[in-house]
Amino acid sequence: MEILVCVKRVPDTAENEFELNSAGNDLDRDDLVYSVNEWDNYAVEEAIQIVDKVGGSVTVITVGDDESEEVLRREMAMGANNGILLSDDAFEGSDGKAIAAILKAETQKGSYDLILSGAQADEGAGQIGGMLAAMLDYPYASLVNKIEVGDGKIIVGREIEGGNQEMNELQLPCVLSIQTGINEPRYVGIRGIRKVASVDIPVKGAGDLDIDTASVGEAGAKTKRVDYYVPDMGDGAEMLEGSTDEIIEKLIEKLKAKGGL
Amino acid sequence: MTSIIGPASFKFFGIFPAAILSFILPIIGIGLFAYIMVRRIAPLVKSNPDNRLDQLGKRFKNLVLIWLAQIRQPRYMLAGVLHIAIFAGFLILSIRSISLVIIGFSDGFVLPGFGGFFGDIYNFIKDYAATIVLVACIIAAVRRGIFKPKRYSVPEKYGKDHTAEAVFVLGIIATLMISESVFEASELAYEFQHTGQEHFLAPLSLVWMFKAILLSAPQTVLQGLHIFTYFVHDLTFFFFLCFLPLGKHFHVITSVFNVFFMRVSKGNIKPVMHGVSDDKLDDLESFGVKILEDFTWKHMLDFYSCADCGRCSDHCPANAAGRPLSPRFITIKARDLMFKNYPLSGEIYKSAILVEDIYTEDEIWSCTTCGACEEECPLGIEYIDKMVDLRRGMVDEGMVPQSLQKPLKALEKRGNPYGKMEKKRADWAKDKEFKVNYQVKNLAKDKADTLYFVDSITSYDDDMQDIARNTSIILKKADVDFGIMGKKERDSGNEVLRFGEEMLYQDLKDRNADAILQTGAKQIVTADPHAYNALKNDYDNLLPVKHISQIVAQKIASGVLDLKSCQNPEKVYVYHDPCYLGRHNGIYEDPRKAMDAIDGLTRVELEKSRDRSFCCGGGGLMLFYEPEEETRMGVLRVNMAAEAGATTIVTACPFCLVNIQDAIKVAGKEGEMEALDFTKLIEQHLY
Repeated sequence: MEILVCVKRVPDTAENEFELNSAGNDLDRDDLVYSVNEWDNYAVEEAIQIVDKVGGSVTVITVGDDESEEVLRREMAMGANNGILLSDDAFEGSDGKAIAAILKAETQKGSYDLILSGAQADEGAGQIGGMLAAMLDYPYASLVNKIEVGDGKIIVGREIEGGNQEMNELQLPCVLSIQTGINEPRYVGIRGIRKVASVDIPVKGAGDLDIDTASVGEAGAKTKRVDYYVPDMGDGAEMLEGSTDEIIEKLIEKLKAKGGL
Repeated sequence: MTSIIGPASFKFFGIFPAAILSFILPIIGIGLFAYIMVRRIAPLVKSNPDNRLDQLGKRFKNLVLIWLAQIRQPRYMLAGVLHIAIFAGFLILSIRSISLVIIGFSDGFVLPGFGGFFGDIYNFIKDYAATIVLVACIIAAVRRGIFKPKRYSVPEKYGKDHTAEAVFVLGIIATLMISESVFEASELAYEFQHTGQEHFLAPLSLVWMFKAILLSAPQTVLQGLHIFTYFVHDLTFFFFLCFLPLGKHFHVITSVFNVFFMRVSKGNIKPVMHGVSDDKLDDLESFGVKILEDFTWKHMLDFYSCADCGRCSDHCPANAAGRPLSPRFITIKARDLMFKNYPLSGEIYKSAILVEDIYTEDEIWSCTTCGACEEECPLGIEYIDKMVDLRRGMVDEGMVPQSLQKPLKALEKRGNPYGKMEKKRADWAKDKEFKVNYQVKNLAKDKADTLYFVDSITSYDDDMQDIARNTSIILKKADVDFGIMGKKERDSGNEVLRFGEEMLYQDLKDRNADAILQTGAKQIVTADPHAYNALKNDYDNLLPVKHISQIVAQKIASGVLDLKSCQNPEKVYVYHDPCYLGRHNGIYEDPRKAMDAIDGLTRVELEKSRDRSFCCGGGGLMLFYEPEEETRMGVLRVNMAAEAGATTIVTACPFCLVNIQDAIKVAGKEGEMEALDFTKLIEQHLY
């Protein structure tokens, strides 16, 4: 089975302290560390496990700048066979639809039986998988937490609110967005990344993909971010400040004052 | 006829010479033994290299003390004394056994030098030796067979009970002792009946007793017994020789080698591959131990050498806490696999991945590398290096639990397991109250003689930052000119190395080493024993390193530091030895001396202290690992302290402090007991 997994390089939530930049329209990105989007990591692990079982190959793909290559290498160190970097100045500032269109263009150049993406990434929109499926006219399942591969079809499980589980049969090729917890992604250390350091990763631009530059990037974006801010604190919310001990003390005082203790 | 006919001249049924039998038996016995040994050595030939010919002085010292003098045996008094009796008896009687074999085809043979007076002395000693060995065997058999000490029991998941083998071997040894004595006694009794000549025999020895019994026996009985017991001894001797390499009694043969080649340096970890330098690691195909043959020959020799005495597991904190790890069975399972994959005859089987075949992942991650098992083993069997090698193999295969992946990634990106920003590493020094009185130099800008290496937990954990501040106050008051590296410091990597992430450790080490050398400092001080261990034993000859307790003890002795009398004389203090300060680095006395310098402080000792200290639960990455366990090690430790009558547990390690503080809460002893870092105790008593 030929599997394509769409991944994204994102600021690492565990290793960063987020603050707004001075312009107030984005994060202050100077001191951030990046890694592969957590959901995508599960998708890649799932793809590798499928290929281990039924054969085939795993290709990881991302739309991004030169630095995005590092996440492709990390996923290749995990066991993905190929990497493709879609990078072009014209792609900068793309909205979700444009990203999906860029991915679609490359997807059609190969022949993939299964296309996976993470359920969502750092911005939480969770839109790429669905849009890509629609553009390719493929069946789509979101928030997948279980995959069983059959002949020419696939059975996927989805967790439904309330803890129920739903199983669906999809015809291949199809697109799935993967939920965390579907597996336990394997560890990739520095040694693994070094082993794939010299593997060639093709870089493709708008020209290679026959994409009209006017339809992507900032120019083609039909969704534009107009503001980005930390919401004002509403009534009744109060942030306790100080060291952990001080916060605990204040909290206990408050609970006592209101009769909670 | 005036003297008894020896086996060399005796003829069965008057025609068949017994000498033929006593000549063939050793040939068959030795031949079979040689064949078995060749098959046993086969896996060692395929193993990885191991450099064990360094530090020969220490190795000979171990040979004399640990092998010959058996100094580790009396750590378990009854079993130890019994073992020493049997071991010493074996050494003495081995000479007698050799001459007995030759007597079988050469009447009256005496080994060169064993005639005359020296021979008489030897015979006197060996008669007692045989007697003592027999008595020891009987006591040991009663102990093993009837009282069955708990430490020998085999939990079902680990295989079959080994009591039968132990008692069987004791029976074999007893047979050897009795047959040798009767062989000699029958001859002497015969001789006495003929000549009336009395030989001096060691009173109350086996020979002495048997001779007394046999004095009036008919000559034919004596002659028969003489030949019969000779062949019983001969047959049992060669049977035993060939039986040894088939089970736990292999140690009779391997122990001398195993002790000679045992670990001689403490606190360090073996290289990924002996003979491959750090900068060549990238060229290695595979890392660590994945299959049996990835072990080094010494580690395989360890497996063969295990006597299954259970002392390691008896002291293993992971085993005590009900984690799925028992060091004894790490060895026994591997030994059984060696026996299975390298059978005495037929083809050699292909090895499978060990963590799927005989071990589980949790089993290997459960070890805190505290070193209690290695300290206890009378045979010098190692565990820490094997655990690290197995983990290296698992890391290389990506088999790392999610709970450890996060901190490892954070260490890679930010140089600390919490994923906190590098620039916040020295935030502990910005504490308002502290800052008013104490300014800590940053050696990126300033110069100082001493570098204070803080390490991650003390830098970032809110509750542990006090250790950094107290250490700084102590250093200031002790007139030590010091500074820190701030954001240039990265995690020391002590646990990164021990959890098998070699390349990440190498990266942390290289960056720290560069930064440390750039400071121009002449020595390093730390209050974290894990950092102390890494800087001292893992980094390559960087700068001299001292733990804060050493500085305190030194400065008290030289009169620079003066301590007030005890501020809380009603409290009962107990010192808990951190593994990486005590067992791995031998610092037991300095913290105690410093505590005892506080006038009026009441200090008790834990039963398990110094080199028998019980791990609090482990440090570094172990804090992130979520083990399967029945209870926390820390809770067991807190209960031990309560039993010792202590109200305040003093430790000299931030990880011990975290674990013991938590354990006091879990044990429901809040209010009754408290945990205190050594630096805090000292700071409380500074003028």
